[in-house]
Amino acid sequence: MTECVECGAEVSLHDDLEVGEIIDCTTCGAELEVVDTEPPVLEQAPELEEDWGE
Amino acid sequence: MNVGILYSRIRKDEKLLLSELRDRDHEVTKIDVRKQTFDISEAPAAFADLDIVVDRCLATSRSLYATQFFEAYGIPVVNSHETADICADKVKNSLALEKAGVPTPATKVAFTKETAMEAIEDFGYPCVLKPVVGSWGRLMAKIDSESAAEAILEHKATLGHYEHKVFYIQEFVEKPGRDIRVLAVDGEPIAGMVRSSDHWITNAAKGAETDVFEPDEEALELVERASDAVGGGLLGIDLMETDDGYTVHEVNHTVEFKALDEAVETDIAGTVVDWLEEKAKAADPDLEVTA
Repeated sequence: MTECVECGAEVSLHDDLEVGEIIDCTTCGAELEVVDTEPPVLEQAPELEEDWGE
Repeated sequence: MNVGILYSRIRKDEKLLLSELRDRDHEVTKIDVRKQTFDISEAPAAFADLDIVVDRCLATSRSLYATQFFEAYGIPVVNSHETADICADKVKNSLALEKAGVPTPATKVAFTKETAMEAIEDFGYPCVLKPVVGSWGRLMAKIDSESAAEAILEHKATLGHYEHKVFYIQEFVEKPGRDIRVLAVDGEPIAGMVRSSDHWITNAAKGAETDVFEPDEEALELVERASDAVGGGLLGIDLMETDDGYTVHEVNHTVEFKALDEAVETDIAGTVVDWLEEKAKAADPDLEVTA
């Protein structure tokens, strides 16, 4: 468990967390990026840019 | 082997690959492209021990530059810059498919609203307008009428980045409510799925339903030819069914496979890593690629 940087709600995290992964806050819907795993640290994820995609 | 994973976001696709590589005891170096600087003459020290790099950059621009740097440093990178360059741009993609004789939808490109309008009128309605760069079905427009065409062209010309002033116009293919994605390595299919939707855009990212697709001989041949046309690699080849057989509308170079992984029984990450081991071994025959 850690806190959403956007709304402060608790965000539950799964075991195989990876740095660079994006987690959705189920309370406010914010996209959060995992910047550290030990302990887990979340930041607001960067905005989607036009040239992002497969 | 030491596998570099070049990324700016870790999606489920990257997690599947990371997990498979670690299960096989390969060393994995995650390279966040946002934290990296690339010198034109000298490779960063962090790259010294890499046997192969997998480009999983979400941003096309980053993918295009980074692959050039890795090739300049003499580090094998998949997919190659050539492949990324062709697949990242719908115009280059279409030209490569056409040149290779792979059936692909009729396409025209125009640089002004006036000539784009002429191209649209030539196709008749409906036809399709797509951005030259971008994916997940974003900013695609099915144009049903002259007034819609005028409005969309005006918006793109006024509000868009300069790339939105390259008007990529395509015939509307009457597909049977579904399209096909085949994941392949150097033209050899790993797995395929059909993506069905009531909406004309059938991308998995747009919520299309997925099911297994077993390629027939015609599809197998087209997948191989489309892959060759763009320089090979780990690719997602998108096909549509028409009355005259398949048409290949796009080849994707940093292909997402999580939807496919859920739709089929095949061990996708395992097969991709088998292929990575082969690629690394081909680049360095002395390399020990199994634990």
